[in-house]
Amino acid sequence: MQTTLEDPAGPLLEVRGLTKVFGTLKACEAIDLTISRGEIHALLGENGAGKSTFVKMLFGALEPTAGSILWKGRDVAITSPSEARRRGIGMVFQHFSLFDALTAAENIMLSLDDPAPASAVAARARDLSRTYGLPLDPNAHVGDLSVGERQRIEIIRCLLQNPELIILDEPTSVLTPQEADRLFETLERLRSEGRSILYISHRLEEVKRICDRATVLRHGRVVAECDPRRETAASLARMMVGDEVQPVIRDKPAAAREVLLEIRDLDRRASHPFAVPLAGINLAVHAGEILGVAGVAGNGQGEFFEAVSGEALQERPDAVRIGGKDAGRLDITGRRLMGAAFVPEERLGHAAAPFMTLSQNLLLSRHRTDARAFLARLGIIRGTIVARAAERISAAMDVRKAGDDPEAAALSGGNLQKFVIGRELDRQPRVMVVNQPTWGVDAGAAARIRQALIDLAKSGSAVLVISQDLDELFEICDAIAVMHGGRLSAPIPVAEATYEKIGLLMGGAEPGHAAAPMAEAV
Amino acid sequence: MRIELVKRPQHSAMFSALSPFIALALTLGAGAIMFALMGKDPLEALYYFFIDPLRETWSLHELAVKAAPLILIAVGLAVCYLSNNWNIGAEGQFIIGAILGSMLPVMFPELQSWIVLPLMLLMGILGGAAYAAIPALLKTRFNTNEILTSLMLVYVAQLFLDWIVRGPWRNPEGFNFPETRNFHSYAILPEIWPASGRAHWGFVFAILAALALWFVLSRTLKGFEVKVIGQSPRAGRFAGFSRARMVIFAFLVSGALAGLAGISEVSGAIGQLRPSISPGYGFAAIIVAFLGRLNPLGIIAAGLVLALSYLGGEAAQISIGVTDKVARSFQGMLLFFVLACDMLIHYRIRISRPVRAIGGEARAHV
Amino acid sequence: MFESVLITIATAATPLLIAAIGELVVERSGVLNLGVEGMMIMGAVTGFAVAMLTGSAWLGVFAAILVGAAFALLFGFLALTLVTNQVATGLALTLFGLGLSGMLGESFVGLPGVRLGAVDIPVLSDLPVVGRLLFGQDPLFYVSILLTAGVAYFLFSTRAGLMLRAVGDNHTSAHAQGINVIGIRYLALLFGGACAGLAGAYLSIVYTPQWVENMTAGRGWIALALVVFASWRPWRVVVGAYLFGGVTIGQLHAQALGVGIPSQLLSSLPYLATVVVLVLISRNRRLTMMNTPASLGRAFVPDR
Repeated sequence: MQTTLEDPAGPLLEVRGLTKVFGTLKACEAIDLTISRGEIHALLGENGAGKSTFVKMLFGALEPTAGSILWKGRDVAITSPSEARRRGIGMVFQHFSLFDALTAAENIMLSLDDPAPASAVAARARDLSRTYGLPLDPNAHVGDLSVGERQRIEIIRCLLQNPELIILDEPTSVLTPQEADRLFETLERLRSEGRSILYISHRLEEVKRICDRATVLRHGRVVAECDPRRETAASLARMMVGDEVQPVIRDKPAAAREVLLEIRDLDRRASHPFAVPLAGINLAVHAGEILGVAGVAGNGQGEFFEAVSGEALQERPDAVRIGGKDAGRLDITGRRLMGAAFVPEERLGHAAAPFMTLSQNLLLSRHRTDARAFLARLGIIRGTIVARAAERISAAMDVRKAGDDPEAAALSGGNLQKFVIGRELDRQPRVMVVNQPTWGVDAGAAARIRQALIDLAKSGSAVLVISQDLDELFEICDAIAVMHGGRLSAPIPVAEATYEKIGLLMGGAEPGHAAAPMAEAV
Repeated sequence: MRIELVKRPQHSAMFSALSPFIALALTLGAGAIMFALMGKDPLEALYYFFIDPLRETWSLHELAVKAAPLILIAVGLAVCYLSNNWNIGAEGQFIIGAILGSMLPVMFPELQSWIVLPLMLLMGILGGAAYAAIPALLKTRFNTNEILTSLMLVYVAQLFLDWIVRGPWRNPEGFNFPETRNFHSYAILPEIWPASGRAHWGFVFAILAALALWFVLSRTLKGFEVKVIGQSPRAGRFAGFSRARMVIFAFLVSGALAGLAGISEVSGAIGQLRPSISPGYGFAAIIVAFLGRLNPLGIIAAGLVLALSYLGGEAAQISIGVTDKVARSFQGMLLFFVLACDMLIHYRIRISRPVRAIGGEARAHV
Repeated sequence: MFESVLITIATAATPLLIAAIGELVVERSGVLNLGVEGMMIMGAVTGFAVAMLTGSAWLGVFAAILVGAAFALLFGFLALTLVTNQVATGLALTLFGLGLSGMLGESFVGLPGVRLGAVDIPVLSDLPVVGRLLFGQDPLFYVSILLTAGVAYFLFSTRAGLMLRAVGDNHTSAHAQGINVIGIRYLALLFGGACAGLAGAYLSIVYTPQWVENMTAGRGWIALALVVFASWRPWRVVVGAYLFGGVTIGQLHAQALGVGIPSQLLSSLPYLATVVVLVLISRNRRLTMMNTPASLGRAFVPDR
């Protein structure tokens, strides 16, 4: 049944029973998939479905536990990325595999197997960037470039190999809608040249728009194969997540009441060479309101979160005001004592210490606010009380874990995120600031988290959500402001906001109607 | 064949407890090979090294004398290393503590009162802490690498000690020997059981310090703070803990304990200052800290083990004629094995052949 | 007089330069090996012993290089293959090296060694002023300069050098690109170890042909500081090494002249100078951050 000769009419790639086991976790289980020449094939699945594991095996970055890969009809073992490239498989990574300290040209040279001189590489890269409309400066240091520019380097680097199959892992997750449009044009051009593309995404609309076929993964298995153009977004979503997800229920926004979180003319210098400075940020979040901050990654969201949370102090006390009082000179503990709660973007290593147990991680953010309950004299920790509280939070947020009090790193992303959000909600904070509440979280946990944030606002707290996921912001927010280049636009009420309008702001267009005090109108 | 590490989902409690013992066993094995290469009977050599010193009461006292500074310094270092501050200059803090603590009996020998000894200990503690504060402040203030600065200050302290005992503090009645006058009786740290051996109160200080720090590290918020900042500094900042204050805290604690060790050694075991007052306790304590898995109770046991290696070196020199420098090779080897075995706590070892044909291969798991 | 001072400065600077250039390559690949002192002292004792036993200084030098590399391999096995903490492992290497060298070298204490003499290029070395300085030094002086030039060329003008810098910048990306992270780091470590061994041999064969316990006296650590001082750039290491050579020789001359300052305090000057230099260079956080290899000291476990 194996063809030994290359068969130009047969499929380009055929995968049979590909399986990858990490310890006891089956990340991919007996996956079958076929890609024809000149097609854009979508690999659909929510976070944690096994998409990234699967393509890493195709690209030789991971070794399969079982199964076979047929490339042009021939059974091959792809043992390294360079071998994948030699065979004609190129990949554009989701978290770019670029080197900040090197120039664009040096980055490209590294992925070429033939040692060509730097000038020749730069010239070829310039040619390609012209052909495909991907502007690029070969001598720029990657550390200084924007996310979109970095992706261009990745794509050009990939095209220089003249690949027959190009794997794109969540390419639009870091782009503005307009940048994504330009990417789609490039992809269609590549298809017209007879190249195949494996397009990984969990965004249904774009899959319907550009893909010819789709394979859907759930919990590491193939659950469906279809022509996405004949499906609706809803039917694709059902294939992806099953029936596990409850829709988020959101009532009409409450009438605006007092301002609980206020940012006034916040400036912040860059604290390290690759940081984004913040300039002139103004913002007010009212009781009962959820305000969203949209933006492409790397436009100052992390720096903004640190300034609001008090991990970085401000020079002026009134730059940050919580519950009507100045908090700019207070550290994160001081701001927590004023009733604020914070959830940073990075779960492991920022929101939680990976090798500490859940109850220790509960203490992490609440050792001062709940000192009376959690600590005895001399700062002695009351272990049983803390453990009981951690158990309460796990139960409330439906955190699924192995053992009573596992280490944070042992939890899946979704479950840990539910815990770190639940840890703050458990205090009933008056002000809640969350950065990327559902990044990399499975759909069930994401829905649960969004509902919890909505319920918190309904109970009269002010919620500020920083997110790159526009769908999420439209789903839960009362108004959306956009961060670009360290500046924040005026908030636009969701009723008036469209993807296009927000997208333009994300791309740095001048906020045309920024003068109108929109947030107050909600 | 290929050695691969597979990360465990959670750290292994079994290997946390076992790894120091595995390391000790491996060190003994490697030591046996080393002795065989030197043409000695390995079993006999190991016997003189590790068993013989434990057979008599007076030598158990010697063990306590050697273990006292090791434990005192190592529990302080544990606070540093747990909080990710790399103080490797304890040897210098030990020396400065000894010098400052010796000021009273050397410069004011006529001051003879019970108050002298407590003041000496206090000044030793202050001296060690102050000397440790230098790399700490340079780190917090100028972002200077504390590993290199703390180590450079060891050389400075050693040269300073050499100068002071040959120069201004030289014993006027000492026939030009490079040493200070002998401490008077009020300046001597008493022995615990004078009838049976030389062990002095320094050992009691060491045990008390270890117990106190064990309590702080395992039961209190301060201990939690130390560990959070050490394991994930960003989570520590999110918790509202100050990294800079922790640098100062850790260095002051370890410097103070090293200083206490220094003055205890001089006042309890030596009785005067000499150009060399430590056979590398400050460095051996690094090994003690890791062998004790940075846990103060473990450090008590580890301190005794390292002290035994010092005694064994002396014993083996006398009985089978190997150089006492063997002890330091042993100590270095021991640290290698401790570090290597600690890997088992977080990883499983998988030995596999490179796979060509993919399929369900048999793999050996450890 | 002036010329001979400059030459002695060169002999004080050369071992620092050789050890630091080796460590620079190691750190550029993202590995922090604090065991330079240990590898250096092992090089010193091996070099001395082999040179004395065989009567050939060059054999001593080669033996020292091999032993330095072997020690680096030991570090690599722990820190790269078993992923131990690099700081602690480097300390272990230093402590082990100091202990083992003391043990091995005990029977060589006080014996006369074999010296590797200066080369003498006819005519050129007789040139006034610069003659002996440029053309009449010991052979390893020229090796140190060639090493620096070679490393500078390698790092910034070859593909392998580019790969090494890439690994030091971001080992995860490098792995995803199919670069053999661990392999490159092993090679870098071997080079660093060989350099440290050579630097040690310089001390016991060229600088003072004898064996004294702990004769490196912290030079391995100063070499580590030099790498920071040079912000990981090869030619700046030369500047740093000669600066320290100058301080060392300067304080020796001051001792000889009897300037009224105790010799011990003068001897501590190189160590104090190291602290001062580290403070000056690291207070500019921005500069330090820009230049430090981003993966320096971080553990890397490929997920396969």
